[in-house]
Amino acid sequence: MTDATQFGAEAPKPKTSILELDKRTRKRNAAETRFRYYGMAAVAVGVIFLVVLLGTIVRNGIPAFTQTYITLNVELPAAKLDKKGNRDPAEIAKVTTFGYNGIISDALVTALKDNGVQSDMKDADLRKMLSSSAAAQIRDAVLADPSIIGTTQSFRLLASSRVDGYLKGRVTRESLARDKNLDAAHLDIVDQLQKAGVVSRSFNWSFIFGADASESRPEQAGIGVSMLGSLFMMLVVLCLSLPIGVAASIYLEEFAPKNRFTDLIEVNISNLAAVPSIVFGILGLAVFIQFVHLPQSAPLVGGLVLTLMTLPTIIISTRAALKAVPPSIRDAALGVGASKMQAVFHHVLPLAMPGILTGTIIGLAQALGETAPLLLIGMIGYIASTPPDGIISGFLSPNSAMPAQIYEWAKRADPAYYERAWGGIIILLIFLMTMNIIAIILRRRFERRW
Amino acid sequence: MPASWIFLIVVVLAAIGYVLARGRALASAQGDSRHLHSLPSYYGMNAALLTAIPALILLGLWLIAQPVFVEKRAEAFIPADAYESAGQLSLMMSDVHRIAAGLDAAVAQGVLTEAAVTRLSAADDVRGQLGKVGVALGSDVDAAELEAARSFRSLSHTGDLIRDGLVVLLALAGFGWALKQTNKDFRARNAVEKVIKGLLVLAASLAILTTVGIVLSLLFNTVEFFKLYPAKDFFFGLTWSPSFGGGSELGILPLLWGTLYISLIALLVAVPLGLFAAIYLSEYASPAIRGIAKPLIEVLAGIPTIVYGLFALVTIGPLLMKAFGEQGGLGWMAGGTAVMTAGLAMGIMLIPFVSSLSDDIINAVPQSLRDGSLGLGATKSETIKQVVLPAALPGIVGAVLLAASRAIGETMIVVMGAGAAAKLSLNPFDAMTTVTAKIVSQLTGDADFASPEALVAFSLGMSLFVITLALNIFALWIVRKYREQYE
Repeated sequence: MTDATQFGAEAPKPKTSILELDKRTRKRNAAETRFRYYGMAAVAVGVIFLVVLLGTIVRNGIPAFTQTYITLNVELPAAKLDKKGNRDPAEIAKVTTFGYNGIISDALVTALKDNGVQSDMKDADLRKMLSSSAAAQIRDAVLADPSIIGTTQSFRLLASSRVDGYLKGRVTRESLARDKNLDAAHLDIVDQLQKAGVVSRSFNWSFIFGADASESRPEQAGIGVSMLGSLFMMLVVLCLSLPIGVAASIYLEEFAPKNRFTDLIEVNISNLAAVPSIVFGILGLAVFIQFVHLPQSAPLVGGLVLTLMTLPTIIISTRAALKAVPPSIRDAALGVGASKMQAVFHHVLPLAMPGILTGTIIGLAQALGETAPLLLIGMIGYIASTPPDGIISGFLSPNSAMPAQIYEWAKRADPAYYERAWGGIIILLIFLMTMNIIAIILRRRFERRW
Repeated sequence: MPASWIFLIVVVLAAIGYVLARGRALASAQGDSRHLHSLPSYYGMNAALLTAIPALILLGLWLIAQPVFVEKRAEAFIPADAYESAGQLSLMMSDVHRIAAGLDAAVAQGVLTEAAVTRLSAADDVRGQLGKVGVALGSDVDAAELEAARSFRSLSHTGDLIRDGLVVLLALAGFGWALKQTNKDFRARNAVEKVIKGLLVLAASLAILTTVGIVLSLLFNTVEFFKLYPAKDFFFGLTWSPSFGGGSELGILPLLWGTLYISLIALLVAVPLGLFAAIYLSEYASPAIRGIAKPLIEVLAGIPTIVYGLFALVTIGPLLMKAFGEQGGLGWMAGGTAVMTAGLAMGIMLIPFVSSLSDDIINAVPQSLRDGSLGLGATKSETIKQVVLPAALPGIVGAVLLAASRAIGETMIVVMGAGAAAKLSLNPFDAMTTVTAKIVSQLTGDADFASPEALVAFSLGMSLFVITLALNIFALWIVRKYREQYE
């Protein structure tokens, strides 16, 4: 019987072979590859966005860290600055910055002559190369030390923002055509003075530590004072949100009975975490400023608003840290006679501390970069020109904050302020990065796996 | 005495209470702590808490309540026909505050005596006299304002005095009571723990308090707004043109349209990118790539929104202008700030938000589902498309809704990138504005807070709060419902 099949009709030849991919399989495999590439492309686009963003920040912001200075030998004639010659500070103070303008013009003319620069420009026009803060700078030096009157002193004066922009490539001769603050002729002088070493660019410490300046003097603006404002705000946030957040989490995680009240709190916390930050700003305006009459623009108010905003973040991460401590720790403490409170405060809390601190630092970093609520409580529009003169006034007197200062600069019309804004962003990001790195190190170093 | 001194006194009293109570407890057990019910420090703590907490609570409440009360009483001195609007009244009251502060300064510097202050009348040159002590007034002082300032001052002074007395008395009472309680049989640990637990509950209730605060502050001002401006025109008005001179049209619809349009564009950018990135990272990527790419994308989430705002304004806007602008481009775009500008920046911001949420959700799909599908011969992408994604769909929808709520509530990017004109237009290259941007612009001007133009910001805030809250609750509900399926 078996033979019969051998000689029967040939078995039908299969239409496809497993050695050779058929059309449908090829199609499916192609779809597979395509899908994979979509995923890769999405990741790549995300990373590219990050690179472009950081590249833009660095490229636009780095120039803010250098500034153009003009070094001048300024003669300080006693005839102009101290007519009576008795070096009485009160009388010297009577000469306003206006009175110093002539001296500066003379110094500029001398500088041109010394370096062999030919120019038929008027003296007053020459002064446009300098920042309008130059006169105040010389006047302050004279007031601080009246004995320099009658001598010739060397001053490093800020160049005007146009000259600064020219050295940084932001301002060109064409762009000056319609600009009444500086002419192309000035740039020829600047070119020659730069070769002579009178005009030079150097690192700008006063951008990092200095105060904000009025709208017409971008070359003088610094972020230092608003940095202090941010610091005081973060102190408020830290001192309030850490204890309150930890206390709330301990209650919810360790003590809360399962009832309506607890549910209500939980729902509230998860919703507050997603409420838009501007709504917290409205809350701050209505409650802290209109109702309690706390001072406007004060870091204290900003700190309070940001505390309410960061609390949900801190509570959520603290609860996770408390949950990660195994119940055996609690059981052992209870077993040797500790009360529940003692078990939590003496054993669970210290073990959860690294996790809690990590969450707190991340919450603080979020608060540091937040801008929208600060707009509403008046931290915008305030020119942070003087540093607070004490700890109490640091909390209560009007100030700005870093992100608010950046927004303020971005709003001003002069393009020189964009550069400042990007520079401010670099400083802000350095702070945020440091905080996040500290958080990561804390987690790596101290977090225990049970 | 300023409140800070009272605070210090209470704290010092509490510290003394701690030491005394601890000593007293030990003494009652003849110095042998084994005879005590609790550890000695608990007796001290009990005394400290009893001294400080009631007194500090009273102090805090008083500090909040007194200015409100005094304000109301002083307001009564200003005749109702002296002002037309609540805004004018608040201006007059701030004058009153300055006068009161000036009188205080004058008395402190010896320019005026207390008796001279009571004799002072509007006919005297009050402005000049206060100017001497460094308090500059904007206008001359009228009789009603002076009277109000005087009453404000005397009420504040009496209030402060009563407050100081009551707080210290309460602290002393707690102090005495705690010392009286203290003996070796007193259950100090239980008492202290009860108080601490109370404090913990209080801290936890702050979340409720915050929500209540938000709702009340929005609600009161919204009601105030609807008294001045009809609610129907606000909700259904098609024009937004506030003018502080009066006669403004404050319809929310153009703002809502701008908000939704920008959010839509942001989601069109963020959802596909975020979702595909999450799929790739959780299903395909090797651990090494995942370890690098995932944190890199999440860095985008840590960048403050002001940076995205500036990026939109300075980089994206001009770039779009080159492509779609009137000079050299397609001519669809009139200015750098537009729906597209803000939408793109916001989309970039939301990528990590969508991707990390979706990543969690995709990882939560049980491996057995994938194994079953792969075992039947499906390719990996077929498994993802036909098994994993449908299983994760509710969660992903939740993630998208959360992202949408973020987009709707985002402020800085739209303030800087979207423009200021409220328009009902379909062109994504038009400048439009949003609810959040208008909240900022209506509340940051010099407008007085009682005008409808400023109060409208609170109703906008209320609408924003309700919309985002509804989205969040819906999203969380979907996510929770999905979770129940597999756990």
